[in-house]
Amino acid sequence: MNINATLIGQAIAFAIFVWFCMKYVWPPLLDAIETRQKKIADGLTQAERAGKDLELAQAKAAEKLKEAKAQAAEIIDQANKRRTQIVEEAKGEAEIERNKIIAQGEAEVEAERNRAREELRQQVATLAIAGAEKIIKRSIDKEANSDIINKLVAEL
Amino acid sequence: MSSHVEETSSSYIQHHLTNLTWSVDGGWNAHDAGFWTFHVDSLLVAVGLGVLFLWLFRSVAKKSTVGVPGKLQCFIEMVIDFVDENVKDTFHGKNALIAPLALTIFVWVFLMNLMDLVPVDFIPHAAKLAGVDYLKVVPTTDLNVTLGMSLSVFALIIYYTVKVKGFGGFVKELTMQPFNHWAFIPVNFLLEAVTLLAKPVSLGLRLFGNLYAGELIFILIALLGYWQLPLYFPWAVFHILIIVLQAFIFMMLTIVYLSMAHEDH
Repeated sequence: MNINATLIGQAIAFAIFVWFCMKYVWPPLLDAIETRQKKIADGLTQAERAGKDLELAQAKAAEKLKEAKAQAAEIIDQANKRRTQIVEEAKGEAEIERNKIIAQGEAEVEAERNRAREELRQQVATLAIAGAEKIIKRSIDKEANSDIINKLVAEL
Repeated sequence: MSSHVEETSSSYIQHHLTNLTWSVDGGWNAHDAGFWTFHVDSLLVAVGLGVLFLWLFRSVAKKSTVGVPGKLQCFIEMVIDFVDENVKDTFHGKNALIAPLALTIFVWVFLMNLMDLVPVDFIPHAAKLAGVDYLKVVPTTDLNVTLGMSLSVFALIIYYTVKVKGFGGFVKELTMQPFNHWAFIPVNFLLEAVTLLAKPVSLGLRLFGNLYAGELIFILIALLGYWQLPLYFPWAVFHILIIVLQAFIFMMLTIVYLSMAHEDH
């Protein structure tokens, strides 16, 4: 094994290969790797941000839902109250109406009764007069005793 | 091969360890043809594998997409990312050369080492049938190849040391440490020169030694006749570890040396 010009040939080939590698091989490949790395990093950041956004939106939606539920409950509550109120009012009105009707009825009955009583009184008076007339026809004059009969009628 | 009548074990081994050479003075396969001799097989395989590596990576780079990558692009990007991480962990300055240099070293040395896993007789025997007498297919078992790379790294070390610290800084680094006193300059220079020179030598020899020894053991196993069948497999499995590890060590040490060249003490 002796040292000879092969060494020089190898050194020249080595220099050319290294130059070619430095010029045409290394930069594009490393560039591709680094660009892809950056792309992946960006993608990961974006995904993270999207996840956060989603979480936020979900929280917001839940809040909105809760609000809507509370509102619905309030509306139902109000409706219930209103219903009770209306029923109460109707009850009161009905009570008043009933009382009115009852009072009217009573008044009518009273008037009817008074009228009947008046009529009865008249008839009793007439009847008494007729009875008395019959008695008096048999005995005494009609006019002489009319004041007694009137007194009698008034006492009935 | 060992059944061949004229061939002895030592000539078989010798044949496998001989390069196909061409020299300026003596032409093909001349003995002791001096310095201007080229190991044609080492250079051809090395350059071929280097071109394969660059072609593969370049074709992926051209089609590379920022979106969802294909399977091949995924694999290539895995290698790139692995090298890039190692460079970033060790080298903290700004230098556009070091990462591609590390990638080239890692993949190229790995591919050259990988040739070791091709059974030792396949390609040389095929070459013999095609009329080529000698062919050594693992470039990293050639000391010229490994030293060619490590000396290139050495040149880069000196270049960046001078560029970052200035020539004065380079000289100062060689003479004023570890003992910061003028009287110690010769001692310092001796220590630092050994340290500096040991870097390329150890870098090249480590890779060469590991692969040469591994190749030699493959050749020895191939000599065993039928016994090579149970032995070849475990050694090949073990060798998978070695070829990746040696490529990684060569890359890592290059990064470390260059980052040391960039750092001020």
